[in-house]
Amino acid sequence: MLRLPRYIIYDILRNKIILAYTLLLFLISTGLFQLEENNDKALLGLLSVVLIVVPLVSLIFTTIHYYNSYEFMELLLSQPQSRWSILLSEYSGVAVSLLVAYGTGVGLPLLIYSPGPTGFYLLLAGLLLSLIFCSLAFLIAVLSRDKAKGIGIALLLWFYFALIYDGVLLLLLFSLSDYPLEKLTFLFSALNPIDLGRIFVMLKMDIGALMGYTGAVYKNFLGKETGILFTCLVNLVWVIVPLLLAKKIFNKKDM
Amino acid sequence: MSRLIFFFWLLPAGLAAKVTDLYPHEDSTSIHNHFKEARDGDTLRFNEGVYYIHSLVVTKPLVILGRGNCILDGSGKYEILTISARAGTVQGLTLRNSGYSSMNDFAALKVIDAANLLITDNSILDSYFAIHLSNASRCTIRNNTIEGKAISEQLNGNAIHAWKSHHLIIENNTVSRHRDGIYLEFVTHSRITGNHSHLQMRYGLHFMFSNDDVYTRNIFEENGAGVAVMYSKRVTMKENLFRNNWGPSAYGLLLKDISDSEITQNRFEENTRAIHMEGTSRIQLRQNLFKDNGWGVAIQASCNENSFSNNNFINNSFDVSTNGQVILNVFEHNYWDEYEGYDLNKDGTGDIPYHPLSLFGLLIEQNPSMLILVKSFMMQLFERMEKAIPSLTPEHFVDLQPLMKPFTP
Amino acid sequence: MIRIEHISKEYRRIQALDDINLFFSRGQAVSLIGPNGSGKTTLIKCILGLVLPDHGRIFVHTQPIETSPAYRNQIGYMPQIGRYPDQMKVGQLFKLLKDLRHSDPAKLDYELYEEFNLSNLFESRMHTLSGGTRQKVSAALAFLFNPEILILDEPTAGLDPLSSELLKKKIIVEKEKNKLVLITSHILSDLEDLCTHVVYLQEGKLIFYKDLPTLQQETREQKLSRAIAHFMKKNNPIAPLN
Repeated sequence: MLRLPRYIIYDILRNKIILAYTLLLFLISTGLFQLEENNDKALLGLLSVVLIVVPLVSLIFTTIHYYNSYEFMELLLSQPQSRWSILLSEYSGVAVSLLVAYGTGVGLPLLIYSPGPTGFYLLLAGLLLSLIFCSLAFLIAVLSRDKAKGIGIALLLWFYFALIYDGVLLLLLFSLSDYPLEKLTFLFSALNPIDLGRIFVMLKMDIGALMGYTGAVYKNFLGKETGILFTCLVNLVWVIVPLLLAKKIFNKKDM
Repeated sequence: MSRLIFFFWLLPAGLAAKVTDLYPHEDSTSIHNHFKEARDGDTLRFNEGVYYIHSLVVTKPLVILGRGNCILDGSGKYEILTISARAGTVQGLTLRNSGYSSMNDFAALKVIDAANLLITDNSILDSYFAIHLSNASRCTIRNNTIEGKAISEQLNGNAIHAWKSHHLIIENNTVSRHRDGIYLEFVTHSRITGNHSHLQMRYGLHFMFSNDDVYTRNIFEENGAGVAVMYSKRVTMKENLFRNNWGPSAYGLLLKDISDSEITQNRFEENTRAIHMEGTSRIQLRQNLFKDNGWGVAIQASCNENSFSNNNFINNSFDVSTNGQVILNVFEHNYWDEYEGYDLNKDGTGDIPYHPLSLFGLLIEQNPSMLILVKSFMMQLFERMEKAIPSLTPEHFVDLQPLMKPFTP
Repeated sequence: MIRIEHISKEYRRIQALDDINLFFSRGQAVSLIGPNGSGKTTLIKCILGLVLPDHGRIFVHTQPIETSPAYRNQIGYMPQIGRYPDQMKVGQLFKLLKDLRHSDPAKLDYELYEEFNLSNLFESRMHTLSGGTRQKVSAALAFLFNPEILILDEPTAGLDPLSSELLKKKIIVEKEKNKLVLITSHILSDLEDLCTHVVYLQEGKLIFYKDLPTLQQETREQKLSRAIAHFMKKNNPIAPLN
């Protein structure tokens, strides 16, 4: 069972794109820490980069990898293996590779320059985002047979989570500004893993405490153990649900 | 200090000052009698031990000293010492457990209609009000340590409370866990220097209707709401440190209806709002440092003719905010760490103006739930667009000559 | 050995397979022939479980294939296009598949592997190989586990004449060992010496399934290509022959 993922990881870790991705993250991280004497500011900058780059690369790389492995998966499926085990192997292969890339590219610099709890949460948020967007990419890839279409959808999805969702949220908060929305905003944040990761790390940076009442509400909820549990659970849902959906579709899919 | 010593030297000749020693085994009546019998300029000296006394009233100029660890205990019911004299000294005592009254301002040490007092090197613990001055002049309160019980704003009095007084010197005291650390109402021409006021339920320092005062080199930290200066004129605030005043309605410094004042070379660090200004006019803010605050300066629309120059804004979530559209205040030659302009002629000021107002700051002011969008990609895009071409934030809120490097005197 | 009952499959309103019934048994070498889009590859993929039919069932050794993927232990499959992970080495690919099939090392068949000289390429990464070489790898893999059923999709496409001959010889050897071989190919002359039976599909329908002697007799043609051409002319004069 574990052999197949091992081969896939072996293959992907030699992939030029993954190497470039690792190097890019590493250069950005060390660059930020080198140029910015204020550690918090460097972390903030890194957070912004991570929230944009990690979902994008995870989505696109995973989608492309899936389409490129299509024939190989066919061969694997003609072996006495269940479809789920092949899909899960492919998933864990790509996911682990993305985690390794992120862990090296961002984790190492964090360990060197900012080995505190904030750094840890930033690392954790990025790892979770890698997993989530890898899952979502698998869902997209099994849904669409066409490679160009699949990549297109992946890009749109990234655009949606990175930008459009927040725009809609902004309008929504504007139009509902007469109501106390502090509690409801947790729900909003849970519906977008990028937002959730961002708020999670921001609160660790103590920005929340500076924001008066609302910040205090957030910090009281998301900053405590229950909040961490909530965040992790929601993230887990974001990892598992798309993957299970992908499984359901893949099991019935004609190769 | 020298003035007081000089005064005592001038005490009538022939009345050589007498020193009376007091001991803890004496009962309350006997102590009261010692005070009754003492003559102007005499010294009464408490020796080491605990004295349970209450409502000791001094009406003549006396020197009251503590020797060793001597404790005057108000049993949680009474006031301990009241001074109403034209001169005097209280030194080296520990006053504790004075009483609480919801009707009167019970204090451990009360000064009424007095002048030229020196209150120094005392400890005042677990009291309602600690030092309470009314109608006092030329008094010095120095080197005292005051710590309250920090129960609630209602059940706690102020540590140093002055009403209708003038020419006070309040310096080098450490005050904590009271309602307000230092409270001044109708107090003029006074100097507050080198105090450390922290962990108050409300304000570290509170000015009401107090003009022509100076406060310098104080440290205010972790107070419920910071420092408040209200309804006052001609106040000089210099070289103070405002730190760590965090919370839903906390400020480093709250200015309300004050005018013609100076705020110079102070440091504001890690406050929810470093300065909140409301109805202030003609205030000069120069050479202050705003670092790691939620908001640097929140200027309400009711402020005018204030000028900000040579201040450093570093690593605040939002440097400034306002709720108005008309800008009647001047910003120039400040350093903004977010400024991204250039300086071609190398004169140290940037060649393009800086718009310090943040769109997101504006939004969040109106709708705190927007906090959920802090540092989001979308917000950062909007922010950049807004900074380049202000459309939603007032265009005239601008520093035309921002500094390229932090200001150093 | 393989029983196909009423298999139908529709792709985007095109009937890829239309009520196909077939039975293949040991010792047969069956050629699947038909024009492009006639449903040959779909049929193969149905047998392999890669495509799930809308109707009908397929049995391998009386076992319906949807019950367990274990039946694929008995199948060696050589796909039309062999694409493998770029950075994987040839040796690793063989090792991986051996791991996946839990095979008995004593029963492995290295004949093609050796004839194609693949051991020289043991350390080569897949993306450095030419298309023909990848076909050799695919062929060697299909035969490696000594399966009872061989399914070869366009096996000789892209192979040089020498390798093509080696592969054909191997197919004959396996057929003689009483195995079942299913082949699709455009090159009818290649199939001539190999096959015992012919399945002809057109637009998803089974046109005929005959053994070679019967076909030759009916069409009075010795060569397979001409026999098929004869049959097609009779059946559908416009349909081009692939």
